[in-house]
Amino acid sequence: MTSGISYDVAHLLGAVVLLISFALLVEQRVIALISTFAAQGVVLSLAALWEGWSHNIHHLYLSAAIIFTVKAMIIPMTLNFLVGAMKVHHHETDPGLGVGGALAIGISLVVLSIVSIFPIAPAVTVLTKESLALAFSVLLHGMLMMVTRRNAISQLIGFMSIENGLLMAAIGVQGMPLAVEVSIAFTVLVAAFIFGIFIFGIRDRVETLDIHQLDLYRGERH
Amino acid sequence: MLAVPLITGALAALIPNRRLGSGINVLGSMGTLAAAAWLLWTPPVASALVFVDDLNIYLVLLTAFIGFTTTLYSTGYMAHEVSHGHLTGSDVRMFHSLFQLFMFTMLLGLTANNLGLMWVAIEAATLATAPLVNLYRSEAAIEAAVKYFILCGVGISMALFGIILVYLAAQPHLGSGMITLTWTDLYSKFAGLGGGVNQRILELAFVFLLIGYGTKTGLAPVHAWLPDAHTEGPTPVSAVLSGLLLNVSLYAILRYKMLLAANGDTLVPAALMIALGLVSLLVAGLMLYRRRDIKRFYAYSSVEHMGIATFAFGIGGPIANFAGLLHMAMHSLTKSALFFTVGHMSQIKGTRQIAAIKGLVVSNPALGWALVLGMVMIAGLPPSGIFVSEFLIVTSTVAHSPWLVVPLLLGLLIALGAFILRLQGLAFGAPTPAVEGKAPFATTALAPVYLHLGLVVVAGLWLPGQITAWFQAAAKLLG
Repeated sequence: MTSGISYDVAHLLGAVVLLISFALLVEQRVIALISTFAAQGVVLSLAALWEGWSHNIHHLYLSAAIIFTVKAMIIPMTLNFLVGAMKVHHHETDPGLGVGGALAIGISLVVLSIVSIFPIAPAVTVLTKESLALAFSVLLHGMLMMVTRRNAISQLIGFMSIENGLLMAAIGVQGMPLAVEVSIAFTVLVAAFIFGIFIFGIRDRVETLDIHQLDLYRGERH
Repeated sequence: MLAVPLITGALAALIPNRRLGSGINVLGSMGTLAAAAWLLWTPPVASALVFVDDLNIYLVLLTAFIGFTTTLYSTGYMAHEVSHGHLTGSDVRMFHSLFQLFMFTMLLGLTANNLGLMWVAIEAATLATAPLVNLYRSEAAIEAAVKYFILCGVGISMALFGIILVYLAAQPHLGSGMITLTWTDLYSKFAGLGGGVNQRILELAFVFLLIGYGTKTGLAPVHAWLPDAHTEGPTPVSAVLSGLLLNVSLYAILRYKMLLAANGDTLVPAALMIALGLVSLLVAGLMLYRRRDIKRFYAYSSVEHMGIATFAFGIGGPIANFAGLLHMAMHSLTKSALFFTVGHMSQIKGTRQIAAIKGLVVSNPALGWALVLGMVMIAGLPPSGIFVSEFLIVTSTVAHSPWLVVPLLLGLLIALGAFILRLQGLAFGAPTPAVEGKAPFATTALAPVYLHLGLVVVAGLWLPGQITAWFQAAAKLLG
């Protein structure tokens, strides 16, 4: 299984997902982040489709459909609605670390994930090992995004791209059982909605989407 | 048992009348408790989705019991909040229905046989409680809720990564499909193979699972959400977060520790759990001294006690495991009782600042002495059940690795000091004035508090043979 077109395409799709997660890291405009995130969902669902087709695992087709509907359609549409309702301006930026810093740390996270995942497995196939490392990088990038971004919407996108990393890992081990996958997807969807409601709450009470402003109300400071 | 809270939750959401709603809430929890008790007599049946064994049945009972007493308590609490205009009728309705949903997720998490289902249940518990933390809709409340949501969300995704790794490790032996995530099948297969499963993958998975579920257990250094969520949420929510949610996530960690142990790998998980447990104990112990808000004070004490329990399971062996289980139960009972008293206190005095509450024993004897009793219990002084469990933990640590006793005792003493210090100010001295217009509450409102504390005292003096045998069986399962 380590050679041939099936391996190459799986590899390619995984790499594209990682590339898009780099794009998420450096993209500064809040609205552009949403489309980038939707693109990641599309590629991820293609990866699931390919994995299902090349290994003849039928339930991965359904996973691909779920990923496409949730990650590439429902969530981006909801986010666009949020952005519209909050009157976020097209040029509103959330710089985070800036391009250089985000790239540097992003690359070191990829190295970290390779160093931590690769030693575990003589027993696992090369493809699984590599897609796990890719998935873990995407997960770490999502976390980096959550740490460095200040805008509540970019934080939510960071959160969802962590989930994308998890989905990628699940595809890499040739799919979790379907029932599990469906319920996880449902939970994540509910989570996104609740976060959306919180975003409204923050806007109403603190009159900003800047999460850091909330620190003023933290614990025993007030 | 699982259906009762779900139906009650739906009913409570539909019924607009607050009085009726809280009645249904109480009845529903009573039904859940009865169903949980019934499980004791019916032989446990394992299916691919849910199962019952000696380890989870005791937590199921404890969860249903505390859920029931909390609904009793919340009836009075919510009536007071509504009459003082802090909450509206629809807030209370949301509280009732989400509370029942939370009970459902807790019980599902405890009885889940499928690792994915367990994950979903524990994540859903966060989703059900995050809006409850935000019930008062102040700036601080939304800060706490968002922080709770984000930290636990990220933590739980680490745990999911761990589950995927476990699946990866088990796949060569069990094939793919539902069976590879079914705990009982995994356990018997791992035990049958006797060490054939890739240890490095499992160890890596355990790191993720411990950090992930550890976030929800409130282990330092990933405990940051806990004090805020406990403080800003309404008091019944603080009581169940502290008394139930932390237990359930610790229980999830234990399930994985058992899997690793079945594979002949105990060293790495033990070391990690001992380290995290000690860090939590020491960090939280020191934090206790600087707290001005009484609910934050108790929240840090929860971090401390979860640290102690995690430490005990890290030490392992029949005695320490027994003590760890006992500690979880005793801490839940005492801490929820303490949160109940805090709720009454802050409603009477109109503040949660420790410095502004004095002389409770003089002004409200029944409440004041409940507080004294609870603080003495939680600090681990005899005749508390917590004293027994801490004593057992210390002795088994001496047998296991004597040098670990030093930091353990240090942590316990630091926390004890903080409790004695605060207790004097809160309970004794000249009383501070109460808020105008607070109707003197019925002494029956304290019934849940005294019930919990009474159980803890009884456990400290005498554990019935039946319960001891039960804990021992569970401790043996833990290896």
